[in-house]
Amino acid sequence: MAADGGMGHATKRREDVRFLVGRGKYCDDYVPAKTSYCAFARSTVANGKIKSINTKAAAKMPGVVAVFTGDDFVEVGGNPAGWLINSRDGEPMKEPKRPVLAHGKVRHVGDAYAAVIAETREQALDAVEAIEADIQELDAVVNMADALANTKTLVHDEIGTNQCFDWGWIEDNRAATDEAIKNAPHVTTLELVNNRLVPNALEPRCSIGEYDPGTGDYKLTTTSQNPHLTRLLISAFVMGIPENKLTVHAPDVGGGFGSKIYHYGEEALVLAAAKKLNRPVKWTSTRTEAFLSDAHGRDHVTKIELACEKDGTFIAFRTETMANVGAYLSNFSTATPTFLHGTLMAGNYTVPNVYVNVKAVFTNTAPVDAYRGAGRPEATFSLERVIDKAARELGINPIEIRRKNFIKPDQYPYASAAGLEYDSGNYDALMDGLEKLADISGFEARCKESAKNGKLRGLGINSYIEACGIAPSNLVGVLGSRVGLYDAATVRVNATGNISVMVGAHSHGQGHETAFPQIVADMLGVDPMSIEIVHGDTSKIPFGMGTYGSRSLAVCGSAVFRATEKIIAKATLIAAHMMEDKPDNVDFDAGEFSVKGTNKKVSFGEVALKAYIPHDFPLESIEPGLEETAFYDPANFTYPSGAYGCEVEVDPETGKVDICSMVAMDDFGTVVNPLIVTGQVQGGLAQGIGQALLEHGIYDENGQLLSGSFMDYAMPRADDLPNLVVDHSHATTCTHNPIGAKGCGEAGAIGSPPTVVNAVVDALQRGGFDVEHIDMPVSPARVWAAMNE
Amino acid sequence: MYNFEFTKPKTIKDAAKALAADGAQALGGGQTLLPTMKQRLAMPETLVSLTEVDGMVGVDSRGTGLTIGGATTHAQVASDAADVYPALAGLAAGIGDPAVRNRGTIGGSLANNDPAACYPAAALASGATITTNKRDIHAVDYFQGMFETALAEDEIITAVQFPIPQAGNYQKFVQPASRFALVGVFVAKTADGVRVAVTGASGSGVYRWTAAETALNSDFSAKAIEGLSDDPSEMITDLHGTAAYRAHLVGVLTRRAVTASR
Ligand SMILES: Cc1cc2nc3c(=O)[nH]c(=O)nc-3n(C[C@H](O)[C@H](O)[C@H](O)COP(=O)(O)OP(=O)(O)OC[C@H]3O[C@@H](n4cnc5c(N)ncnc54)[C@H](O)[C@@H]3O)c2cc1C
Repeated sequence: MAADGGMGHATKRREDVRFLVGRGKYCDDYVPAKTSYCAFARSTVANGKIKSINTKAAAKMPGVVAVFTGDDFVEVGGNPAGWLINSRDGEPMKEPKRPVLAHGKVRHVGDAYAAVIAETREQALDAVEAIEADIQELDAVVNMADALANTKTLVHDEIGTNQCFDWGWIEDNRAATDEAIKNAPHVTTLELVNNRLVPNALEPRCSIGEYDPGTGDYKLTTTSQNPHLTRLLISAFVMGIPENKLTVHAPDVGGGFGSKIYHYGEEALVLAAAKKLNRPVKWTSTRTEAFLSDAHGRDHVTKIELACEKDGTFIAFRTETMANVGAYLSNFSTATPTFLHGTLMAGNYTVPNVYVNVKAVFTNTAPVDAYRGAGRPEATFSLERVIDKAARELGINPIEIRRKNFIKPDQYPYASAAGLEYDSGNYDALMDGLEKLADISGFEARCKESAKNGKLRGLGINSYIEACGIAPSNLVGVLGSRVGLYDAATVRVNATGNISVMVGAHSHGQGHETAFPQIVADMLGVDPMSIEIVHGDTSKIPFGMGTYGSRSLAVCGSAVFRATEKIIAKATLIAAHMMEDKPDNVDFDAGEFSVKGTNKKVSFGEVALKAYIPHDFPLESIEPGLEETAFYDPANFTYPSGAYGCEVEVDPETGKVDICSMVAMDDFGTVVNPLIVTGQVQGGLAQGIGQALLEHGIYDENGQLLSGSFMDYAMPRADDLPNLVVDHSHATTCTHNPIGAKGCGEAGAIGSPPTVVNAVVDALQRGGFDVEHIDMPVSPARVWAAMNE
Repeated sequence: MYNFEFTKPKTIKDAAKALAADGAQALGGGQTLLPTMKQRLAMPETLVSLTEVDGMVGVDSRGTGLTIGGATTHAQVASDAADVYPALAGLAAGIGDPAVRNRGTIGGSLANNDPAACYPAAALASGATITTNKRDIHAVDYFQGMFETALAEDEIITAVQFPIPQAGNYQKFVQPASRFALVGVFVAKTADGVRVAVTGASGSGVYRWTAAETALNSDFSAKAIEGLSDDPSEMITDLHGTAAYRAHLVGVLTRRAVTASR
């Protein structure tokens, strides 16, 4: 640990000052001169034929400047899926067009079919009500099994099926896995649902389109986790605006959790409207629109089988999943249930056979895509629930059955049966740490205490592993990604010694403005407060792929590291010149260059100044300036892992579950800022507990979202949560990136849902109830029903 | 939200006059009405705010019972009724969150008569009288089904009078999302007998569970109603719980309320 505030230092997040005093600047805070306001007409039926849309009355309403319908965008491209998935038979997935505005048909409640631009937002909303749309309601497909069985009611008539793909992973392992399960001494089977979640970022989506008729330049100010990706999608696929004529700027972003990765039709609409009207056009989502039109998360229906020896040694995992993709393919929707899910189905274990089948299903519901954890929570939940059930059936302690099958520290790199190569880890050490910190040995005593108060206490533990630092372009390319997944950073040392770092990652709550300077400060031996992060604006930053998949530090942080190395290399040349010696003789330490074996030295600041005042530079060997860019594309995913434990009390009279304790023991590799990491895990745990106990995006059979507001969609609140104990001291470093970091953004949401459900089932079993599983959210009503079945 | 006019009368008479106009609607704390307006589901032409009407705010315990002004906030009831009628104060303290309690009013809650609201249970169990600018209405006659009351269009709840029971308690089992009552039970032991009022469970709003009242009249103890459960056939089934679950909760919460009564 070098400079104060450098690597490993628990620096408070500097950006929080501006957020906490209300000086953050979010998209909706931007109001360019002459802004007009956009409102959308959205479908109230889940499936419907658009017979006619009459906008005449709306166009005449006060303040209205334009009305758009799907007809205005027939020439425009569709919003594409970012990953091509091939079915088991080799057929490519079905990719129906996703238009800017619905055309011909509406396919889910909330599907936008017209837009009004007016002088004020209220005028736009008034005019939306004056649009006369004749939409003939059709039967809706909502349930996935029905959608697959039904060939008459289709979400997209032109593809002739509701199945997007039928994917096998790894198809070559299928026969061996089937055989292993057939011959196994013990097979445990579990059917479960991974509940649909609505992301509900605090800040709803917002987009402002601007057009400069003088230069032909477009600008989109939008709520995005990845401005370059959004620009690429708009330029290359949807609107054909040259990339160098389009700036995408995402200012402060108030949470995303995945939902702001994707390009949405509203963004294309405000750009097109801005050009047509020659004035800025702004749309800000209401919470209701967010519920209906943001990409949702999860929504899997799964059957998993675990085959093992009588002593608990795992032989095979076989998984069959139906994954809901909703009405249209959102950008990562095809990757999430496949390569972010199937590849993790070996867990932390030395199981020799793994086979996963995923059928992706179109339904008349909002699109489903990556949401904090994205595929990995689904994998972890299935694995860790079926392992618990197997342990109970075999009479083996749930900690012991996991330990028995853990990959051991001397087995790395480890090629998992699901096709990944894990680089490092130590799952026993994590479990040791958990047993201690969670005081597992004291559980029985606490159980008795709870019983005295009429409560059933249960203990849930589990492991998890995730593949994150979503990157290696070569790997994701093989897996079907249509983009590369590197990241980029430019380190610009200014003449007066302060530093601007332009990064491709974009913080929407991750504390980049604090953590990234810690890396640079540590390497250069300068004050971290002299370093500013520039992010979110494609006109200022190098082409990076943004923030999701716990990739910011592992991928973009590594690019920052590499660019800083280049800075040191160049600064060394300048220092050598200044000290009139050979670069090889120059050392750099704690912000100071010196010539070996002499007392000659120059500071980093002096070198920076010299770089910009090169009066006496040998210009043939050293260019002026001190600015370097690095693109970093790692060799592999990173593999954070952990052991989680929680204790619950169940009220046997009402079925209410209280979480008494939650301990997260994670291996994130090198930790740059432990305070930020703890906060990230706590936030993830809150969402994981929310999924386990409270949250449920639920549609009725007509495709109406029943939990479409906070009156019915239960978000976790502070008093739903126990003290969240987070420890990341049992770390093994990532072997292939220069920082050694693995990524911590999603862990809490990945690891904790099975912990909670395992604990509830344990409590009920101890209380004498023969309950094997309860689907999430484990609400009081569901627990009571399970106890009284 | 659609445009509307706004007035803030100082007297009940002026308020009544303002409310007699076409499209006028009373505004209490706005905790129900404003969200509805924001979603464009209500479009009053004029809002008549009651929060500054003389004599409509306050908790008065000078008489035999408790008289609460119709525009008194939940927060004020929670603090000012705590000594005299702790069960009622406890109920008020458990409504929503601090922002809701500092705005929302007892009159607004009773006028709205949400089937999952808390105050209706207190009013029915206590045998409260709802006083309007026109008349006194006994609780038994006041509640007429989900979101239905005896109030006329332009009638204002000016006060609510609560007789104070010998013992009472309110138990609320929250709906996880809204935190309104999935089921709420108010038990009041009075000189005229025990009253058990149930909110949240029934499709027709607050009601009295007479079978439990009978049992409790002979023995005011949880034991007396052990094993007793209410008929689920008229109860609500929704994504938060079935009718059977609600019926079960009615039994559990009634027993708990009896045990906690003081
Ligand atoms: C987040 C949240 C949580 C909540 N939780 C709960 C809860 O747990 N339990 C619970 O019981 N309630 C809850 N509520 C509702 C809350 O108690 C409201 O305050 C109440 O339902 C309405 O009161 P108000 O004064 O805000 O009325 P308003 O919203 O102003 O008005 C509601 C209706 O009553 C009419 N009205 C208002 N005052 C009078 C009057 N004096 N005379 C005649 N008519 C009148 C209005 O015209 C309108 O039709 C919650 C509300 C919110 C927003």
